[in-house]
Amino acid sequence: MTVRERDESRHRPLPGWLLGLIGLAGFVAILELVPRAGLVDERFLPPFGAMLSALAEQARTAEFWQALLETLRGWAIGLSIAMAAGVVLGILIGGIPLLRAATTSTIEFLRPIPSVALIPLAVLLFGTDMRSTLLLVVYAAFWQVLVQVLYGVQDVDPVARETARSYRFGPLTQVRTVIWPTALPYVMTGFRLGAAVALILEITGELIIGSPGLGRRIAVAQTSGAVASMYALVIVVGLVGVAVNVIARAGERRSLRWHPSIRTEVP
Amino acid sequence: MRDPGRGLRILLLPALPLLLVATWWLTTADSTNFFWPPLERILRTFDETWFTGRFTADVLPSLARLLAGYLVAVALGVGLGTAIGSSRTLRALVEPVLEFFRAIPAPVLVPILMLFAGIGNEMKVLVIVSGCVWPVLLNTVEGVRALDEVLRDTARCYRLRPRSRLVHLVLRGAGPQIAAGARQALSIGIILMVISEMFAASNGVGFTIIQFQRGFAIPQMWTGIIMLGLIGVVLSMIFRVVESRVLSWYTGLRASQRTKG
Repeated sequence: MTVRERDESRHRPLPGWLLGLIGLAGFVAILELVPRAGLVDERFLPPFGAMLSALAEQARTAEFWQALLETLRGWAIGLSIAMAAGVVLGILIGGIPLLRAATTSTIEFLRPIPSVALIPLAVLLFGTDMRSTLLLVVYAAFWQVLVQVLYGVQDVDPVARETARSYRFGPLTQVRTVIWPTALPYVMTGFRLGAAVALILEITGELIIGSPGLGRRIAVAQTSGAVASMYALVIVVGLVGVAVNVIARAGERRSLRWHPSIRTEVP
Repeated sequence: MRDPGRGLRILLLPALPLLLVATWWLTTADSTNFFWPPLERILRTFDETWFTGRFTADVLPSLARLLAGYLVAVALGVGLGTAIGSSRTLRALVEPVLEFFRAIPAPVLVPILMLFAGIGNEMKVLVIVSGCVWPVLLNTVEGVRALDEVLRDTARCYRLRPRSRLVHLVLRGAGPQIAAGARQALSIGIILMVISEMFAASNGVGFTIIQFQRGFAIPQMWTGIIMLGLIGVVLSMIFRVVESRVLSWYTGLRASQRTKG
């Protein structure tokens, strides 16, 4: 036990989840009271209650659920394509040193190109179709996955690799038994990062390009001056984001149950 | 699967980029497709599009807003993150709220902040700050929390003054994590810079590109895409140089650990 821990255990602090709840309640209270007290113009920041009732009103319309579905669908399709392409290309490039040497500079150059640079191109090619947002999502998430998979393949124990070669494992068996288990934690990190980035770009595409989804409804609410529903939609988008993070983290833990970093609880 | 030699490696480095550019050049060389103009024409319009006044009128204002927002976000994130990371109670109190804010995709803040700050420079800087601050903040919290217990106790035994404790123990120990957050923040910052200009602006790179696209000035639009790509690449290079300077002790430590282990 360290000095600090002993200090704090003397006067028992409240449990973490309770403090978290208090924090959330305090935040909601601020959102409610600040506009009511007139500190901020109600036209800019409606009280939390008004946001909630706008949300309830939204939830009664079919368009809202349709938009939510469109957003989730675009996100899922884009992320799946990016994951498949990233994993396959990552293992291929990472496993063949010659290919890796040849592509390093290109990857380092293409990766930092902001995906939003593709917006005008996407609009010209697909208009306000869902595909133009999909292009952005796939591009942005792909690099996150690819780079993590490359790190993972690089991390393979050389002795294990040599052993597999001595036993004349075929390339596919090598991938399955040696490369994949080592790379899996990195793949899951890539999945988690890619999932968050994919959601950002999905919403961005809907907001800027106007492809169907929650982002477009936010833009519509903004231009029509429906401030409370705009906030309500932003809250929904935030909750979707929280859900995506939680699911990605749960998936990571589940598929890595055997891995030391998950198995032994780090204090 | 033998490792290629060093000479071959250096030779291979520019091979693929050259090949890709050559393919683009040749496949579009006599293209009459409206959307895919010949690369030669794009490159020829690049100079007159960007270096006859637009660089100072559009690119520099964009970069200035990005820099201002980014620096404020890093300062804010490190400051708040250190405070939150050092106190267990505070951390438990604000963690769910922070998780929620981090999960909101930053671009949706553009319409909200437009209400408060109009469509001027303040709005764009605010958007960049509000998007960039979360990765820095959360990574700082993690970094401060994961400080080496032995180092922490040592600092306490030697009765380091709070100031030197902060500089030599906390910020230094959390440095690698802070840098990881700052790198994420940079790419988010570039995205927000472009988006805030595409949404509502009177100048800036994002604004200009959208104007080209709406006016069907296709070669100019392509030069804009290339320009944004160059900005992204150059900024990430600058970041890497700064990072390797600031964290030279850390990379050295890692390298020595790796050779020993």
